[in-house]
Parts: sequence; structure tokens; C-alpha cells
Amino acid sequence: MIRRLLVANRGEIARRIFATCRAMGIETVAVYSDADADLPYVSEADYAVRLPGSAPTATYLRGDLIVNAARKAGADAVHPGYGFLSERADFAAAVATAGLTWIGPPAKVIAAMGAKLDAKKRVAQAGVPTLPTWTHPLDVESFPVMVKASAGGGGRGMRFVLDPSALPDALESASHEALAAFGDGTVFCEPYVDRARHIEVQLMADGDGNVVTFGERECSIQRRHQKIIEETPSPMVSQKLRGQLCDAATSVARAIDYVGAGTVEFIVAPNGDYFFLEMNTRLQVEHGVTECVVGMLDLVRLQLLVAEGGVLPYDGAPPLRGHAIEARLYAEDPSNAWLPSTGTLHRFHIPGISGEFRPLIAPGLRLDSGVETGTQVGVHYDPLLAKVIAWAPTRGEAARLLASTLARAHIHGVVTNRDLLVQVLRHTSFRSGQIDIGFLERHPDVFAPLVSSTESAKLSCLAAALAGAAARHEVSAGPRVPIGWRNVGGVPQLVGYQGPGGSVEVSYQFDRSGNLVAWSVRRAERGGAGAPGILDLAGPEPEPPVEVVAATAERVSLDVTGIRVDFDVHTVGHVSYVDSTEGSITLVELPRFPEPRPDLAEGSLVAPLPGAVGRVVVTPGQRVTSGDLLLTVEAMKLEHPVHAPSSGVVAELPVAAGAQVDTGAILAVIQPDDAVPAPAPGRRRSPAARGERAASARRPAAHQAER
Amino acid sequence: MPILASALDPQSPSYAENRTAMLERLTELEEALDGARAGGGEKYVARHRSRGRLLPRERIELLIDRDTAFLELCAVAAFATDFPIGASVIGGIGIVEGVECMIIANDPTVRGGSVNPFTLRKSNRLAQIAATNRLPVINLVESGGADLPTQAQIFIPGGRIFRDLTRASSERLPTIAVVFGNATAGGAYLPGMSDHTIFVKNQASVYLAGPPLVKMATGEDTDDESLGGAEMHATRSGLADYLAVDERDAIRLARRTVARLNWRKLGSGPRALIAPEPKYDAEELLGIPSADLRNPFDPREIVARVVDGSDFDEFKPLYGTSLVTGWAQLHGYPIGVLANSRGVLFSAESQKAAQFIQLANAADTPLVFLQNTTGYMVGAKYEQDGIIKHGAQMINAVANSHVPHLTVNIGASYGAGNYGMCGRAFEPRFLFAWPNARSAVMGGPQLAGVLSIIGKQAATAAGRDFDADSDEAMKLAVTSQIEEQSAALFLSGRLYDDGVIDPRDTRTVLGICLSAIHSGPVEGTRTYGVFRF
Repeated sequence: MIRRLLVANRGEIARRIFATCRAMGIETVAVYSDADADLPYVSEADYAVRLPGSAPTATYLRGDLIVNAARKAGADAVHPGYGFLSERADFAAAVATAGLTWIGPPAKVIAAMGAKLDAKKRVAQAGVPTLPTWTHPLDVESFPVMVKASAGGGGRGMRFVLDPSALPDALESASHEALAAFGDGTVFCEPYVDRARHIEVQLMADGDGNVVTFGERECSIQRRHQKIIEETPSPMVSQKLRGQLCDAATSVARAIDYVGAGTVEFIVAPNGDYFFLEMNTRLQVEHGVTECVVGMLDLVRLQLLVAEGGVLPYDGAPPLRGHAIEARLYAEDPSNAWLPSTGTLHRFHIPGISGEFRPLIAPGLRLDSGVETGTQVGVHYDPLLAKVIAWAPTRGEAARLLASTLARAHIHGVVTNRDLLVQVLRHTSFRSGQIDIGFLERHPDVFAPLVSSTESAKLSCLAAALAGAAARHEVSAGPRVPIGWRNVGGVPQLVGYQGPGGSVEVSYQFDRSGNLVAWSVRRAERGGAGAPGILDLAGPEPEPPVEVVAATAERVSLDVTGIRVDFDVHTVGHVSYVDSTEGSITLVELPRFPEPRPDLAEGSLVAPLPGAVGRVVVTPGQRVTSGDLLLTVEAMKLEHPVHAPSSGVVAELPVAAGAQVDTGAILAVIQPDDAVPAPAPGRRRSPAARGERAASARRPAAHQAER
Repeated sequence: MPILASALDPQSPSYAENRTAMLERLTELEEALDGARAGGGEKYVARHRSRGRLLPRERIELLIDRDTAFLELCAVAAFATDFPIGASVIGGIGIVEGVECMIIANDPTVRGGSVNPFTLRKSNRLAQIAATNRLPVINLVESGGADLPTQAQIFIPGGRIFRDLTRASSERLPTIAVVFGNATAGGAYLPGMSDHTIFVKNQASVYLAGPPLVKMATGEDTDDESLGGAEMHATRSGLADYLAVDERDAIRLARRTVARLNWRKLGSGPRALIAPEPKYDAEELLGIPSADLRNPFDPREIVARVVDGSDFDEFKPLYGTSLVTGWAQLHGYPIGVLANSRGVLFSAESQKAAQFIQLANAADTPLVFLQNTTGYMVGAKYEQDGIIKHGAQMINAVANSHVPHLTVNIGASYGAGNYGMCGRAFEPRFLFAWPNARSAVMGGPQLAGVLSIIGKQAATAAGRDFDADSDEAMKLAVTSQIEEQSAALFLSGRLYDDGVIDPRDTRTVLGICLSAIHSGPVEGTRTYGVFRF
């Protein structure tokens, strides 16, 4: 019997495993890096052991330190979670050698499946369909192909290649990425299956050779080969196909004498043909949806049971009840090349949650979150904040509930993919089950922000301004006379915001009785930046008449032509987060009096995020044309290319490969060909304009990623 | 809590009639204010803007804290005179970085912001308000100097502006000059005498004599920048403490300067931070004052729509009933109210007022006078009963009271009643008039009638025939002249009050004034105990 279990992981999965441990009376041990010291999972564990440093290679990837930690803390078992060391056979072996119980399949099974090239061979021998494998560029029989890392996972080291000319570069960069991420640069090619769907089977196997399948999960909604929405059952899987997939998965498990929780992933073509993709020898991120639809299922409990030598309490595959959909909430910006976002999570509230980290008793919402209000979201690890699962009798109901829950969530402080998730869940193609792994590329409309109508964006801006006015009024010196009162000619109050689509100026005016007599939201004159879409307020259409029902610093109720709409406004420093049923919008108040600041040289490119300079491919004085790659910034194991915004000459190049840079640091200065003389004396550039430059540095990257 | 009851019937014909009359007066007020807002007119406003400069009202809007109020004072100065309404200067009380300040801005669109006799009177009044209420002063300077055609009326008394500035400084009232343009000759002493100076680069021009005059005086060839440019003053002469890159930057620097004043108000704060609003609608104030001022109205209806929670403790309610006295709070500040109820002041009313004023002094409570009086009672009986003596007691009490006084003329202010009810000569901290208000030695028809009687007596004494036709013409002319000259706007134009206000704004205006007043200490006189008359 396990008495004390160490989780060799962090964040939400550590909390998830701890929850089951507590329910089973097992004591818990956390390991934590310096960056994670204040995360909830650390304080929730009975014991916690520090892993000095923050880089994964210094902490969560250090099997030796973790085994020592387990010994020191008196743990008798180690659960690896997912990612990090979860599929490292050497680590599994080290744990076992140390006399600790390993929660997972034996090291040799992990090794068998870890090398994808070998795994495919074994699986094919077991009679399960696989795709052809080409390990050399000259072997490739048809295009397009997918380049994959043999040791890969999580989309790293994967490349889509349309024609032969691009193959060498793709192989090289994929290999580079794979080497960095997994320590193994082996890559191979597979034919690309058009409109393929990603469908996987969850199974458990015990030491007695029992293999139980728990239906399938469809994970076709992916960004850059990483799943963001998963569901069970799959809308395209018939009872017959389910049987075939589950049988195939069982064959795979049996072929390698599998023990523990595992997932067999398949590529499914539109015609129903399926091919083995890989087997994950661990608990999956998306295991929660399976727990919902299979009654009384706790996969972590079964893992522990099997590890203790127990027998699975199932006679064949259990029935599935209803439909569950999971959305992965990431701190990243979908409209900016999925740039990870860091900072303080000033507020994190998902409404209507009926349970956390544990299987639900009845349909509802489950939250598995690694963060809470106040958490610092850093640069070192995967930007997954939380998983939100809706379980409902039907797929449509689950999608609607999940979309509405996410839309109403208050997530302040970091940019997230929330709007994208909601847009996907509400998309007609998603609703009708027409999904595949190219969904995001095929439906660029899902990148639109939730608050996308001009009117709702304007009302959100107005709400922020009125909340600001109320806050100032509450602490104002002098008597509480009407806001902005004048005895000679009323004038509107003005406040500028940097919104998602550029800078705007909100004006509002109250009369002596406190009635809002005029308001408007216009593009700010002092120079706006940003992409079109939200807050593209061109056109002088009149604002609808609005009555202020109530306005405090935190909540604004407006009566808009007879309909009452409420806005929650949360202001942290100069940033206002405005949440309404329509969605959320973040507004940065522009300084009323910008401090005179030194000019940024024309053509300066600034770091779009904190990270390390990767490759520098130009030299000072070099001629470049618009769109040329200048250098890359590496963060989160991803390369963010910085391209020339215009043709010209590299005037300055203050950084070198390997240099650590913060957001806003100047990376390069391009002297444009049509360079105009220096700006007029005294002319200042607003932060908004500097933001535009930063945006221009990353927009080409976004383009490359999305189209 | 004694909440005032209201007997007002907004459905009554008299209410409608009063309201209609008041709205007409408000339209006239609005027109006058439009005149003040227009500054020097479209052409000069456009020219000023074309130089990339902000209008003075825009400078003020940027200077004061967002969402706060601005109480403009003496807005219609020079109304019905030969000079533009507003007198080429804008002034008022605004909050800058949480500090209530007197803000005074030249309007360069009006004849270059030059100083005419009304500019001078207005500037002096604004400086006086700042000094008596302990308000820091921020001057937004851009003025061409003296209006040369009227220099004889302003040159000699004009020095007071500079004297007051440095005296304010010696009283530890901070003075800040932000120079946006010309401040030359005498005007150069505006920044010269200020504690803190901010000059706008490429705009400020501050020198005793410009290039032509220097050439005349000494033969030296010079230019504007080397004589008085902002950069020169910031780097060479040291007259400028801060060099602003543009107007916005100058206003930012002014705000930073105020933020660093370490300013503390010496008066007590309000007794309640969030004061209850009156129970009755301020909108109804328009229908209360009689369209015909000969009909008295109950001032309790006014008080009920001005003071906190309509909560009013009346003093001596059964004695001298044609003057209402009592205690209330306004935006949390305690006040004593004196309000004429039936126009005439008798001996009892005079003695009640004198006692009440002494009580307010004993309690350090500011006083609000709501004037609607035709004066002290006349007639043999009243003279014999000592009406002058009793009136003198009241005037004595008002004159020697040390608590701050706020006066609002809500109807009539005639004769010595104007003195007893703290008219301009008795130096209330602030004095406002409603647009319907009138003030004169007596009413027009009365004055015409008096002149007519005297004329008849003179004719009789001289044995002349009395010419009834010319007497009628004289009465008509005198009546209309008095009517014009006793009107609120006319008097405000001559700086006899600090502004004509919309009755609905009374609570807000008095609240701002009370708060400003408490920048300084609020203490009553300590000379005698309270006399019971």
C-alpha cells in the first residue's frame, strides 16, 4: 500500500493527483522550482521539496534530484504526471531502483513506445494500421508530409511540409527543436492526411493482463499540433468504429504487455480509415472528459490501484453517459502567433464550477486549475492555466455551457486564448461536428475577439471610463458635487485607453443631476496602433442613448435603449478589465500627460516577449528586404522570428545570440530605404506608438503561423 | 431629525408662472455666459488655435483633476459695458492634484489678453478670494499687458496684482505662474513675483522691454528669444524654474508642482463625508421665487432644497418671523442660515439676527444669508420704537462677525436690508445672485415715485405749475433705468457679486465655496459673550 506519494510535476496536474491522494488517505509530497514556490499546489501538499533554480532542465527534468527528494521526504511512490519525466524510461527505472513505487508502465514499456519509429513497427506487426514512415528526404514518396520527432510530443519538432524544396529546412529546424526539447534530434516523415481527425482511446491495463478501454476522445481542435479542445465521445465515431478503435488500442497494449493508464492515439481520415499515431504511456492532460462520461471513474485512483498490484474492477468497457468537452485555457495570444503571456493573474474566477480535480457526480462544470487569483504566470513552463470541462447530456448542451462559462470568466492580468475557445465552441462547424486538425486554419473567423461588435466594445470602454470616474469621485477632495460639474458651459470628460485594436478616447458628460447627457468613443488622435477588428471605430455613427443605472468603481449598469447591461470593471493600476456577458476586454489607460521620453529611433524593432536571442542571421550594415528574417527570440522552447518591417539597412544590432532580453528591448534598428529625416523637434512618441512597432515585429510571425 | 415639510405645489399656476419667468432669466444668463465662452470670437480663436495653442478654458480643463468640478467666478464681468464679457480673464476654483486652487487664466483671444479696467477689478477680486480663503493661486499667463487706451485707469492701481502675489507668498499661500505666451513689461512681474514658474518652450516671452523699446532706450539690437525666451530664462536668467516642451507638458509640470506643495487645509473637514441629498428636487427651485418680487415666498422651501437631508433646526421660530434663522449642514459643513421670509426687517427680526450671528460666532459656524428683503421697516411708529438702533445692532453683528459668510441674493436686496443681510460692502467670502435677483437703494417705481413727490413739492414751493406729462415721462425713464441697473446680470457685470448662478446649482456652488473656505481656519469673533437683545 502506498503511504506517501511524490508528484514529480507541477501546476494543475499536481493538484489533480493530490486531490485523489487525499480522497484515498495517501500523504502527498510536492517538488517545486524557485519560480513555482508560491503556486497553490505547493502549499496544498503535505510536504514540499525545493528544486533549486527555475529552468526545467535544472528542476523538473532532474530525475536524480526528484528521486533524492522522494527519499528525503519519506515518499514511497512517485507519480510523474504528464510531460517532463513522465515518458522517460530512465527515470522510471531510477525510481524503481530506489525502491519506490512508480506510477506508470514499466521502464521497458515506456522505452518501447517512446521511440516512435520502433513503436510504429511493433504496432504494425500487431495488425494495427499505421502510416508509411520515411526517415530520409529521398525516401519521401508523396507530398505534403508531416515531419515528426521520434522522441516528440506536444507538437514540438513537428513541421508541415508542402513541397520537396522546403523539406531540408524543415527537417533541420525540427531536428534542432527536438534536440533542444527532448535531447534526441531524430526526425522522420509521414504522409499528411488531409482533414484528418485526432481520436484517441483511453485504456487501463493491470498486472494480470486485463485491458479495459474507456471509449475515445476526439482532440482535433489543435493549435500548432497542441490540443486545445477535447471531447468524448467523438461526434464522428460510430458504435462500430468505436469498437474497432478500442480493439486496436487493446491490441497495441497487449502487444507490449502494457500496464497502467495509457492512451493510444489514431489519425482518422474523413472516410473512417484510421492509423496508429503513437501511444502515450502516461495520464493525459485531457483525461478529465473520460472521467465525466464514465461513471464513478477516477483514472488516478486506478493508476494507484494498479501500481499497488490491484486488479481492475471492470468486466469490459463501461458505458458512456452524456458528453464532456474540455477547453484548455492557455496564457497565450492566439492573434499574435500564440505568444505566451506572462504576469500577475490579478483575478481568476470561473463561474458556476461544481467540482475541482475530481470526477463529477452529476453533469456540470469541472475545473482543474494550476493557478488562482494572484498567481504569477512565468516564462519557464507550459502556459496552461487551467482546464475547464463541461459535462452535459448532449454535445450541444456541453458546448453551449462551456462557451458561456468561459465567456463569463474573469481572467485578468495575462492574455489568454479564452476568446478563441469560445469562438470555436460556438462555431457552426464545430457544433455540427465538422472538425479536423486543420480547423483553426480553415476558420480564421474564430480568431475574432468576443467583444467584436462596435457597440459592445464602445459600451465596455464607456463602462471602464465611468468606473474610473466613480473611483476618482469617491476619493476626490472637496464636496461630492456632480461629476465634472461646471457652472459655465459643460465640457465632456476625456479618458484615453489603449485597447485591443488601438487607442481610443472616451468622452462622457453628466448634467447637474448626474444624468449622462453625452458620450462617445472615438479613435484617439494622439496616434493609435493595432490591428483592425475590435474597436475599429471608423465611421461617425452616433452612440446609442445610454442611461447610467448605477456606477461604482467595480460595477457599471447601463440602460442601453431600454435594455439593462451590467459590466464588471476591475482596475489594477492603469489597466481596466471589463467583463460582461458579451466577453472581456482589457483597456490600458493612457497617461493624461505623457512624460517626455527619449525617442526610439525610427525603424527600431523591440523584443515582443522576454526570452533569449536565438539565431541572429543579419549583420550590421546588411541590406534587408521587407519580411526578411533578422533574428529569433526563443522563449518557451518556441522560436519567435523577428522580420524586417520594411526594406532598408540594418543600422543597429545591439543584441547577440544567447542574450537575455526583456519585452521592449531593442533588438535591431532598420534604416528604411525611404527614410524620412528625423522627426520634428519636440515630437514625442506615445507608448501606443511604441507598441505599434512591437506589433509590427511580430505580425509577420502571426501570419506565418495562422495561414 | 427635523426634516422641513414642503407646501410647494408644482401643479399650481403660480409655480408655472414663476418657473416660466425664471427660465426666461436663465436664458438671458446662458446668453451672457455664451458671450463669455466665445472669448475673442471665432476669428481670434481660430488664429490662436492655428498657432497650435490651447484655449484658456482648455488649459484649465487639463489642469484640474479629472471628473472634478470647476466653479467659475465673475464669469460675466464687464457685462453691459464697452468691454467683452468676461473681461479677458477666466478665474475660478478648481481641484489640482487634490488641492483646491484659485486658477486665473488670461484669455489671449480677447485683444491679446490685455488688461482693461474690468480685467483688473476681476483679477483683484479673484486674488482677494484666494487670500481670504487661503487658496493656492495658479496663474496661466498669456497677456499683452495693459489695454493702452484705458491705461490711465489701470496703470496705477494695477500694481496691486503684484503686491497681492508676493503678499500671498508671505502668507504661505503658494503662487504658481505658468507662462504660455507674452508676459512683458509689468506682466513680467507675474512670474517674477510667483513662488513657482513654468515657461513653455518657444512660446513664453518674458521681458521688461521688447526689441523696439530696447533699441529706443539703449540702441541695442536684440531679439525676442535672447530678451525673454523660455529657454533663456530656464538656462540663463533663472526666472523659469521649469522649461516645458509644450503646453501639455507645462500643465503637467504645474500639476506636479501642486502635488509637491505638501498642502494642508487649516479648517476642519466636513462633519459627514457623504452628505445626504435634500429630500426635495432642486429642479423645483425654479418655481419658488415669485415672478413678481412684490410677492414674498417662504425661504424654507429654498432651504429644503439646498441643505443636507432638508434637515433644518429653526432658531426662534416664533419670534421675528419675517426672518428665518436656523442650523443645518451643507455637504457636511455646519452652517447657520438667515433668510428673509416676508421682505421687511422689523426690530424683532434685527435683534433675532444679531443674536443668531453671535451664536454662530460662538460655535465657529459659517453663515449663509439668503437675501430677499425690501429693507428695514419705515414709518413713525417704527422710527420711534428704534428701528435704526435695532437695525444697527444687526449690521454691527454682521460687520464684526468673524465666521465666513456666504450670501445669495434669491430675490430682492434693497436699502439697508442689503447691508444687514451681508451685501457686498460687508465682505462675504462669496456672494452670488440668482438670475431673478435685483438690488438697489430701492425699487424703480418707488424711486420714481419719490422723485415725483419731491418734484411736486419743489414746483409748489417755487409756485410753478406741475407738468404731469413730463412727470410721467420722468417716472417711466427712472423706473426703466433703475430696473436695468438693479438686474443681477448688470450688477454682476460690475463685479458687485461673484457670479449669477442657476438656482438649481445653489447647493453645489455653496458646497464648493464652503470646502474652499475651510482651506483657512474658521473661527468666530471672541470679543464678547453672546448678547441677548
